[in-house]
Amino acid sequence: MVGGTTSEPSIPTPMAVSLRGITKRFGPVLANDDVSFDVARGTIHGIIGENGAGKSTVMSILYGLTASDGGEILIDGRTVTIARSADAIGLGIGMVHQHFMLVDSFSVLENLVLGVEGGWRLSRGLDTARARVTALTRTYGLELDLDALVGDLPVGLRQRVEILKALYRGAHTLVLDEPTGVLTPDEADQLFEILRTLRAEGKTVLLITHKLREIMAVTDRVTVMRAGRVVAEVATADTSREALAVLMVGRALAPLPGKREIAGGPAVLATEGLSVTDAAGIRRVDDLTLSIRAGEIVGIAGVSGNGQSELLAALAGTLPIAGGRVMWRGQPWPSGLGPRDRRRQGLAHIPEDRLRMGLIGAFHAYESAILGYQDDPDYSAGPLLRTGRICDETRRRMSDYDVRPADVDLRSALFSGGNQQKLISAREMERAPAALLVGQPTRGVDIGAIDFIHRRLIALRDRGTAILLVSVELEEILALADRILVMVDGRVVGEVSRADATEQALGLLMAGVRDVAA
Amino acid sequence: MTPRRPLPAPVEYALIPLVNLLASLVVAAGVLALIGADPLDALGSMAEGAVGSAEAWGYTLYYATNFILTGLAVALPFHAGLFNIGGEGQATMGGLGVALVCLGFGGYSLWLVLPLAIAAAMLCGAAWAAVPAWLQARRGSHLVITTIMFNFLAAALMTYLLVDVLRVPGNGSPETRVFDPSAFLPPMDALLGLLGVPFPSTPLNISLLLALMIALLFWVLVWHTRWGYEIRAVGHSPDAARYAGISISRVILASVMLGGALAGLVAVNEVMGVHHRLFLGFSNGYGFVGIAVALMGRNHPLGIVLAAVLFGALYQGGTELAFDHPEITREIVVVVEGLVILFCGAFENAFRGPIEALFGRTGAKPA
Repeated sequence: MVGGTTSEPSIPTPMAVSLRGITKRFGPVLANDDVSFDVARGTIHGIIGENGAGKSTVMSILYGLTASDGGEILIDGRTVTIARSADAIGLGIGMVHQHFMLVDSFSVLENLVLGVEGGWRLSRGLDTARARVTALTRTYGLELDLDALVGDLPVGLRQRVEILKALYRGAHTLVLDEPTGVLTPDEADQLFEILRTLRAEGKTVLLITHKLREIMAVTDRVTVMRAGRVVAEVATADTSREALAVLMVGRALAPLPGKREIAGGPAVLATEGLSVTDAAGIRRVDDLTLSIRAGEIVGIAGVSGNGQSELLAALAGTLPIAGGRVMWRGQPWPSGLGPRDRRRQGLAHIPEDRLRMGLIGAFHAYESAILGYQDDPDYSAGPLLRTGRICDETRRRMSDYDVRPADVDLRSALFSGGNQQKLISAREMERAPAALLVGQPTRGVDIGAIDFIHRRLIALRDRGTAILLVSVELEEILALADRILVMVDGRVVGEVSRADATEQALGLLMAGVRDVAA
Repeated sequence: MTPRRPLPAPVEYALIPLVNLLASLVVAAGVLALIGADPLDALGSMAEGAVGSAEAWGYTLYYATNFILTGLAVALPFHAGLFNIGGEGQATMGGLGVALVCLGFGGYSLWLVLPLAIAAAMLCGAAWAAVPAWLQARRGSHLVITTIMFNFLAAALMTYLLVDVLRVPGNGSPETRVFDPSAFLPPMDALLGLLGVPFPSTPLNISLLLALMIALLFWVLVWHTRWGYEIRAVGHSPDAARYAGISISRVILASVMLGGALAGLVAVNEVMGVHHRLFLGFSNGYGFVGIAVALMGRNHPLGIVLAAVLFGALYQGGTELAFDHPEITREIVVVVEGLVILFCGAFENAFRGPIEALFGRTGAKPA
């Protein structure tokens, strides 16, 4: 069961990290409200919460990237001031960021010494470093080819480089911010193994995540945050996924509506032998054939970076295709057909990167609310935009989709991730498109908004829209998709009907083990 | 990128520029004291010369007319994320258009000549911007580099034309003949005289009204039309623009060419309104000052009009200063002007941090 909202009576071992009443305000938003917790030395401590719960803020305060408005930090029982990340490093805190801070064109070793090269003669510094790093890799079981270029390494190994980098700078306490977002389930398990080794060697690990599975798999204690506050701190052994989920969200979520039998409508969007190459000439989508019928959700599962983004871009018309064709209601689309024309024919698109593509941060909400539909005749009178009408419509949609704050003039970048996503979803779904492309619809979105968006997607499917859902979250695919295709290296390596799909079977397919699921 | 919470408009558009201006004047006073001039007296005579009389205002606003146009010429491509440094060359070529129309249609009514001259100035300016724009849109050649090069090309071409083609035979200086008086723009004193308002004779002419009208159209275009929406989308986020089906290369071509057209209009003021002939170097650096004007005006037409008036005052006040104080050479005047540009342009954010802290708006959104 879940413990109370207070921590247990103080444990005699000195705490590696203690936070006391950390408070941080961003304008009207209280990102951290009197956040206090203790992390015992030599443990793996999880911090879980929805996006926007304040986990990342508290960690960036600990690492000196953000200044807190109040409260204090104790390291090994002593009060410290951490004004910049150099202070944190000096105190033995290392951070592994969600997005790696590595130079692709440098070797592993060069990346490790970056910033601490030691004197003006690089070769001497590198030689000393090599000896130390080799010792580190042996101790912690972090095998790596020190001379490989980082750009050539798979994501899991790049993450090891980041961990090594922190250890090389003398970190006793490692902070990992959403470390498994880019990993396959198998790579994630390997990471957990490394974390256990670190713990065995006396290091302290702070694991920030919104995935319950990880908390249950690897942590000793877990702090649950919601809306900027610590709502619980418990020993992992004493709690359960369900109990943590309720704590994170603050309420129990009703199960999604059951699936309808597939009506087997006509194919709306299809590809035949589609190939796409990226700007560097690398083939990202390779001879891919799929079809999406009216009234079904086809899910594409796969580790990110296996061609899903390029597939979406090619279907949306923002990336030229290198071979094959895209079919719309049985007719091939000319390869040069742009996003504008595709949209006019009824193809909507919720892009996977909402900040880069889905909306424009500097635009008012009402301006972002017509992105892609800016030449809809409803919105203009001659060359002029009908701002009043656009604002009215945006206001209506904001209340429909529960976007907060419901302020049409607010800059798009100032909404939280979930509200940005709802704004985009409203724009793309409200026209009842014939087909909808959806990329990572709930990445960085809080659980409440995830639930909302999922329900809307299901409702849209039931009204006959053909939906292609790309997600790296297996749970999401399993919850929504009627058919699941697994993509590896630009190819579909397996198709699983929802009845037969399990997380294990999909995980094996995603990792490139083909025979098992067949 | 952490988004900035916008400051209240009066702070953003008035207080910050004012603080910057004051800081530059403090440093300028120091420089003047260093060379042994009385800073208060010198700055006072500069202010007197710029805004101290109706005549001073006439000159200041005449310069400001040019700066409004060249500032807008920088600002429009800037909204598409592009830096047009070619205002000088584009203005020069605008001069060719105006001169050809005025020479060719001399003697016709101004009602015919003026629209033609405006069209020709815009067309020539746009044409001169077209090649760099095309290179940027299709080949990715950096607009900053190509527009700078086109400034030199424009100067060279104009030298050739004025020396070998358009020069009046027998005249030693590289200039065209004076236009027929029917192609002179009415000066402001004449216009105000019609309304019964006395105004001294200055170079100020009705092109100021043209520039103000264009500033208003600029505002409508950028913030209230589909086309402006697309320009700003490209400027803020090319990826989002592509997602929205906006043709980025078309936006680049159109915004840079329209920027060139606006710079070309400088010639209407200078060639048709003041000098009544085309001569070498009439653009006199106005195109370059436009960059500072656009920066200081934050690419908003209202800010640009205000910044243009400030720069006009600096130009005019500087001329008066050099005239009144023989010990202050023209070079020192340029230093003073440069300081203002430095603080208001390059250091425009120097005081932003403290001012934002004062208004409690330093926050980024929570991660």
